[in-house]
Amino acid sequence: MTSVVATNQTILVVGGGISGMTAALEAAETGKQVVLVESNPYLGGRTVQLYRYFPKMCHPTCGLEINLRRLKANPRIQVLTLAEVTGISGGKGAYSVSVKLKPRYVNSNCTACGECGKAVQTEIDDAFNYNLGKIKAAYLPSSMAYPQRYVIDPSIIGTPDAERAKAACKYDAVNLDDQEETISLNAGAIVWATGWQPYAAEKIVYYGYDRFPNVITNVEFERLADPHGPTGGKILRPSDGKEAKNVAFIQCAGSRDENHLRHCSRFCCMGSLKQTHYVEEAFGDAGKSTIYYIDIRAIDRFEDFYQKVQANPNVSFVKSKVARITQDKEGNPVCNGVNVEGYKRYATAHDLVVLAVGMEPSVKGIDIPAEVMSDSSGFIMADPANAGIFGAGCATNALDVNRSVQSATAAALRAIQVVNKVARAEV
Amino acid sequence: MSDLNQKMAAKYQNNFLKEIEEQAEMGEWVKMCMQCGLCSGSCPTNFQAGWDHPPQELFMMIRAGKRDEVLKSNSMWMCTSCYNCYVRCPRKVPVTHVMHGIAEYAYRIGQSPKNQPTQHLSKTFWDNCTKTGRVNEVKLTQSLYFKDGIGSGIKKAMEMQSVALGLVKAKRLNLMEAVGLSHKCKDIKGIHAMLAKANELEAKRQADKAKA
Ligand SMILES: Cc1cc2nc3c(=O)[nH]c(=O)nc-3n(C[C@H](O)[C@H](O)[C@H](O)COP(=O)(O)OP(=O)(O)OC[C@H]3O[C@@H](n4cnc5c(N)ncnc54)[C@H](O)[C@@H]3O)c2cc1C
Ligand code: SF4
Ligand code: SF4
Repeated sequence: MTSVVATNQTILVVGGGISGMTAALEAAETGKQVVLVESNPYLGGRTVQLYRYFPKMCHPTCGLEINLRRLKANPRIQVLTLAEVTGISGGKGAYSVSVKLKPRYVNSNCTACGECGKAVQTEIDDAFNYNLGKIKAAYLPSSMAYPQRYVIDPSIIGTPDAERAKAACKYDAVNLDDQEETISLNAGAIVWATGWQPYAAEKIVYYGYDRFPNVITNVEFERLADPHGPTGGKILRPSDGKEAKNVAFIQCAGSRDENHLRHCSRFCCMGSLKQTHYVEEAFGDAGKSTIYYIDIRAIDRFEDFYQKVQANPNVSFVKSKVARITQDKEGNPVCNGVNVEGYKRYATAHDLVVLAVGMEPSVKGIDIPAEVMSDSSGFIMADPANAGIFGAGCATNALDVNRSVQSATAAALRAIQVVNKVARAEV
Repeated sequence: MSDLNQKMAAKYQNNFLKEIEEQAEMGEWVKMCMQCGLCSGSCPTNFQAGWDHPPQELFMMIRAGKRDEVLKSNSMWMCTSCYNCYVRCPRKVPVTHVMHGIAEYAYRIGQSPKNQPTQHLSKTFWDNCTKTGRVNEVKLTQSLYFKDGIGSGIKKAMEMQSVALGLVKAKRLNLMEAVGLSHKCKDIKGIHAMLAKANELEAKRQADKAKA
């Protein structure tokens, strides 16, 4: 049985992405008790699945490492991974929360030596790489994963593969009897930081994401460019493994669209501008990028980033929302549309098309087990009736990392005020 | 007709967008267009020669006050009502209906292109079907084929001969309609009364709009 110490002076943080980690750290570093609940087997959320960050083009691992160091140094944060909040009752200052813990089948003895992974034969989809490849059913989600502990996929439990994993482990870390459990804990305030998910690209039927192998999404492109990704960082297109030197980016794929997502997702213009760097980094002057756009929204201080990309002769801009993608005989995706500048038709073939899909709040469609207000896109909003639950990061709006962190700090501050009141009342 | 045109031009001075918004059906949607180009790119008639401006360009021209170019354009008349643009527009602009609205307005104030085939069809179809409440297909095709004179009419009719015969065989075309023995509505008087009432209401609505 997992034991968690929590009282009405504890702050519960749901979601362990950059926002949730920030909120948890900010609160704990002022002396508050924090429980951080994350549904993945690792912390870091979507940012650790990026190859590089705009605007400085550094690797996400370095920012994550700083946060992990703060986390490890702080005894006041209890981290629960593979954990999901299933119910919230009570109110501000006195919530009672039930959390479902999924079995990992690997305990804290694990040294991440990888012997279990070698022993297991079954392969499963590689979720960390957006299913672009396969991994063994005993795996470390990513090289930077925290906790650095293997996971055994439930699909092999009860099969000889599971026994092989157990036999291979020299540290007695594999526990095949691990069971799902539900625990209940108290909290005075809750920070909801469950982040975002990429919009389901196949819903934009005229782009043929599910029909054409060489039409991929921006999140998948991040994994293609990453040396830890399925291609070892080579930008190879899915259909034939050919180097994708001529890449098209389609902006607002699903965003700013009453038929899909109503809102501007804000980061995706910058995301594609950033990704043109990946093409250039891989192929030099032979790498060509074309950005199809309605208007480029390089939010506030990123305008200079945009101007630098604009000045790059290897990057072209076409002011047009692509109307349809077709495929030619060589398997090249062809972008069809009308260019707003001159109203001329075009039908241009590329090696690879990257859909700059927008952000959808991951809270949309799933039940937050409490009454929480949301806007017309499903992002959660400050709710006076629920004065002890605060949204943070992309759960509240489409934000980049910088703004997510700001919003997480704000949420932590509000949560601290609530538990401070509880503390004063309890004295 | 051109009186009405002058009156409208004077009333709205240089504000053609406002004129379209107030006078053309669905015209109030024009300002919602964000010039993304999805409608133009989705339009099947877009490859055809003689098609002046895609919807997106037309909307921009309205905002730019290009009154004559828009009203005299054949573009709205080329719309096939396929509704591709309508279902895809990210702003939910009912593009197809706006096209029809502008076309109808151009016609109403006598500015639409003369002898434009779709306009001719619309007019002929309307006159034909309101007579008896049912379309007389033989007369309708005749008047379309012979629109540009006897010579080209005979040529077109010859080209379509096998289609016509197929329709006759399938009992889809009744040749007796040529001599007026066509199918009719049972209550022609009722139909006419209904249309007259609709006309009266529409005339009043438009008079009110012109006054406002
Ligand atoms: C292609 C692409 C490129 C980008 N590039 C950049 C960039 O270069 N620079 C930049 O600043 N930003 C970039 N962004 C934006 C950046 O990814 C987000 O700002 C960031 O991920 C927001 O962090 P978050 O913690 O709010 O959400 P997330 O990263 O989504 O984290 C949420 C966490 O909550 C967990 N969770 C979800 N539901 C539950 C639940 N019910 N219970 C428990 N846990 C749950 C998730 O597993 C996840 O770990 C990019 C985005 C994309 C799509
Ligand atoms: S940031 Fe750019 S690509 Fe993304 S929705 Fe907004 S305008 Fe479109
Ligand atoms: S699809 Fe809609 S918003 Fe886009 S150009 Fe056409 S009318 Fe304007």
